[in-house]
Amino acid sequence: MSKLGNWVQIHDIILEPHQRPASLPEETRRVPLEMRVKGWLLEETAELGDTVRIRTAIGTILSGVLIADNPAYGHDFGRAVPELLAAGDELVALMKSNGAEA
Amino acid sequence: MTEHDYDSVMARKPAIMLGSLGLDYQPFMRDPIAFDYEALMGLVPYSIEEIRQVQAASGIGSTALIELRQLTQLARRLAPKGKGARIFVKDEASNPSGSYKARRASLSLHHAQRAGFKGVVSATSGNYGAAVASQAARRGMSCIVVQEVFDSLGIGQPEILEKGRACEIYGAEVRQMSVGPELFYSFLRVLEETGFFNASLYTPFAIAGVEPLGFEIVEQMQSVVGRMPDVVICTHAGGGNLTGTARGLRKAGATATQVIGASVDLSGLHMASDVDFNRKHFTTGHTGFGIPFAGWPDRTDVPRNAARVLRYMDRYLLLKQGEVFYVTEALARLEGLERGPAGNVSLAAAFALAQEMDEDRTIVVQETEYAGAGKQPSAQLTFARARGVEILRGDSEQEVPGKNVIIPDHPGRIKVRDMDMTRLRTSLIRKAVAGAGGGEISPEVAAFLAAETQTDESFVRAALN
Repeated sequence: MSKLGNWVQIHDIILEPHQRPASLPEETRRVPLEMRVKGWLLEETAELGDTVRIRTAIGTILSGVLIADNPAYGHDFGRAVPELLAAGDELVALMKSNGAEA
Repeated sequence: MTEHDYDSVMARKPAIMLGSLGLDYQPFMRDPIAFDYEALMGLVPYSIEEIRQVQAASGIGSTALIELRQLTQLARRLAPKGKGARIFVKDEASNPSGSYKARRASLSLHHAQRAGFKGVVSATSGNYGAAVASQAARRGMSCIVVQEVFDSLGIGQPEILEKGRACEIYGAEVRQMSVGPELFYSFLRVLEETGFFNASLYTPFAIAGVEPLGFEIVEQMQSVVGRMPDVVICTHAGGGNLTGTARGLRKAGATATQVIGASVDLSGLHMASDVDFNRKHFTTGHTGFGIPFAGWPDRTDVPRNAARVLRYMDRYLLLKQGEVFYVTEALARLEGLERGPAGNVSLAAAFALAQEMDEDRTIVVQETEYAGAGKQPSAQLTFARARGVEILRGDSEQEVPGKNVIIPDHPGRIKVRDMDMTRLRTSLIRKAVAGAGGGEISPEVAAFLAAETQTDESFVRAALN
């Protein structure tokens, strides 16, 4: 349950598939245009899936479906890439090979 | 009552744009094709020295120019005897928001503030969002950034998630959209609802803000090498980076310097496709923007785009994704510099091109950007692998965007690949004339199109036949 003043994320459908321009590729026109925005919850309490109002970082009041309470950013550094590490090692070895043919 | 459906909002586009720019474009709209480009740029009422002062007040500019001695050495080992130009890089990552985009945002917001706007809106999934948000924070202005982030499964592109996070850090409201060019529709609605300034990447201010970058390159090269750079390479997408840099080079007297654009080759992937969206491992500096914007600049959020690359671009080089990842690794391992993806597109091009140029020649790669979670090759390639994209070693020529990424098995694989400039120039000329209803063109229009494409009247007329 989210409470008044929690930092939350809402979801809203901006355009339904039938409202999207005909020029789009089929796979894009099949799905709605969606928006996600974060802000401070303006309801006393709310559950995920409720329609709620939020106040964004600059004070805009928006309403939408509550989808997360303080969601993780979610992006990270991933894993090391062995193919690139190997390439790096080769380059270092090449530079140390002291003028030999590359 | 004001209608908010897609067609109604798009129909109000000219009026919305006019009110949100604080600039009068009417004198430039009288003829459907020709307009006075220098007069458009002249809407910026500041000299380059004054622009530098505005930027310096925010700690922007005067970035280091670093010679990449090891990469130059490596290029010389691969090149015929006597070949291997010296490679330099302008470390734009040290700007306040981590990229050269701070230059564009600072002058735009300086103008917006003076014009009395209380807030700014920007439609961008790139570093420009953080740059605008950072400048808005310094000036006590409100900022909204509209980004294309997620596919329909709600999966965000890691690099764009990072750029959104950066906007939030500077206090911006971030509207994260799913895939689709109607992001522009949402952007227009926000402008209409808020009355905020359109911090477009394509106003004269956003271009003039880049001119000091070119100017600084000349000053620094004069100081370090004792002469003008022979080649400056700019990663190219929407065109502002190259246009502004080239104008700055010319203002500093570097009229003989060759200006080259470089983009990652993403041919085969559709930019508006919900499926292809997360199969691109570069979110900008790629051909999906670079080719359409070169061939037709007036596809933006302003009536006349001030970024017009074919006026300045002498060559346009295409790189494979794997080549750019490889050079990013080389920059870290041989030069001790971990930098984000954008400038490394140009660096890969510079590495290949250096091998064709004499040893005493110079190439400047004119930007780096900050590195961070989501931006690194490790982030992008881990994300790619999880979507079934193969990461291989081998011949870069075999790379198929969206299917595999081929990390070169030897530095000699990185190649100079020229995009056909005649094709781009012809495309621009035909599109301009067709858009105006076709037919015979006047000598004034022919002269304008020649200037637009760095050609002459006979080229323009031949392109139309």
